[in-house]
Amino acid sequence: MSDDHVYLTLAEGHEDDTRWAYGTGFEDPLHGVDTTVPDGLDAAELAASCVALADDALVSAQRLAEWTTRAPELEEEVALANIGLDLLGQARLLYARAGQVDGTGRDEDAYAYFRDADDFRNVRLAELPNGDFAFSVVRLLALSSWRLAHFERLAAHPDPVLSAIAAKGVKELTYHRQYAAEWAVRLGDGTAESHRRMRTALERVAPYLGELFTAYDVRDEVVAVLRQVTEAGGLPMPVYRPLPGCGRAGEHTEHLTPLLAELQSVARAHPEATW
Amino acid sequence: MVSVLTDVRRARHIAEQVPDPELPMLTLADLGVLREVSLAPDGTVVASLTPTYSGCPAMAEMRADVAARLAAAGYERVEIRTVLDPPWTSDWITPAGRRKLTEHGIAPPGAAPRHPAGPVPLVLTTTRRAAVPCPRCGSADTEETSRFAATSCKALWRCRACLEPFEYVKEI
Ligand SMILES: [Zn+2]
Repeated sequence: MSDDHVYLTLAEGHEDDTRWAYGTGFEDPLHGVDTTVPDGLDAAELAASCVALADDALVSAQRLAEWTTRAPELEEEVALANIGLDLLGQARLLYARAGQVDGTGRDEDAYAYFRDADDFRNVRLAELPNGDFAFSVVRLLALSSWRLAHFERLAAHPDPVLSAIAAKGVKELTYHRQYAAEWAVRLGDGTAESHRRMRTALERVAPYLGELFTAYDVRDEVVAVLRQVTEAGGLPMPVYRPLPGCGRAGEHTEHLTPLLAELQSVARAHPEATW
Repeated sequence: MVSVLTDVRRARHIAEQVPDPELPMLTLADLGVLREVSLAPDGTVVASLTPTYSGCPAMAEMRADVAARLAAAGYERVEIRTVLDPPWTSDWITPAGRRKLTEHGIAPPGAAPRHPAGPVPLVLTTTRRAAVPCPRCGSADTEETSRFAATSCKALWRCRACLEPFEYVKEI
């Protein structure tokens, strides 16, 4: 490792493949963390919260990764991939925590690669296809605003591991929300075409907003952020109506199964393989 | 016979010198990710590391590097712990680390934003951030071209004076 050129260092042969962000067979992301569950915590509830938050992050990361080679500019491609990588990191930590507390001892791969769509607890907004850049911006704005508000509260959670994951996530999500908010304003306040696309995107996202507010009470804060951004971009505030079904209960759109099929294909074809 | 105190100092020194996999001009100590090196009563060297970002793919490599270097230095029992709390902040990059970043054409971070407890405010003004001085020519006439770059911890900037693009370690 004395080579001072990072790309040469990356190209060297290594016995362990622990350096890559995508793949399987990683070392436990909570390696060496004190993983005791405090007395008096409902383990099943804690595990369920971790899985739902991890599923939101994993599914979002997969959609964000799909922008690679397709974003309007290289800078946006890099930005969306970085946001996805942060979320993937959060998902790994949350799955690892879930496996410790739910008594199954499952690792992150078991959650990510070997569950079917109806076992996933992500909100449906995360799994919808990317659509155009405006739709992805509005979705990211909604999801990151909600997740930031929720994580900010979870930082005071009695489980020290979840609380630490959330406190770290707050810093990352602040950047994600900022990115989405600035693009939302820029597109809303841009050309007639970008404004029209933003209105369409807001209408498409609106029905799915209610689902974000079912489990955790950060609605007012998220609504305030959406109002701030839409006003700055000269856009109408989305009006949401309840939509039948709930991703948090495992009821998903037809889009999740193909997303998972792609995500899980290699792990399922070669269950013992690591890459 | 080496005293325990000297020995833990030596172990700390070895761990401190391990280079960061993504910013190899910095040691783990410069980056502020090596939180503690101590000696357990049974003689195990315990090194504590904290990740910069949740998705940092270099974390496992850092753990492996520290363990390998300590083992090579003759420490038979080594344990690497991950510390998640408090979360890493760019404020922990040492003055030496900041100097090395600048020498390598990377602008070091300013002070990390501090929010009181409660909702994180969203600020939408375009003149929100102070200019980052160009690490090559020192000019303050610079602009952000992308808040995200080749790794999570960096943004892309451009200098309007010398026209060079440069990377900038983000405040977090
Ligand atoms: Zn310059």
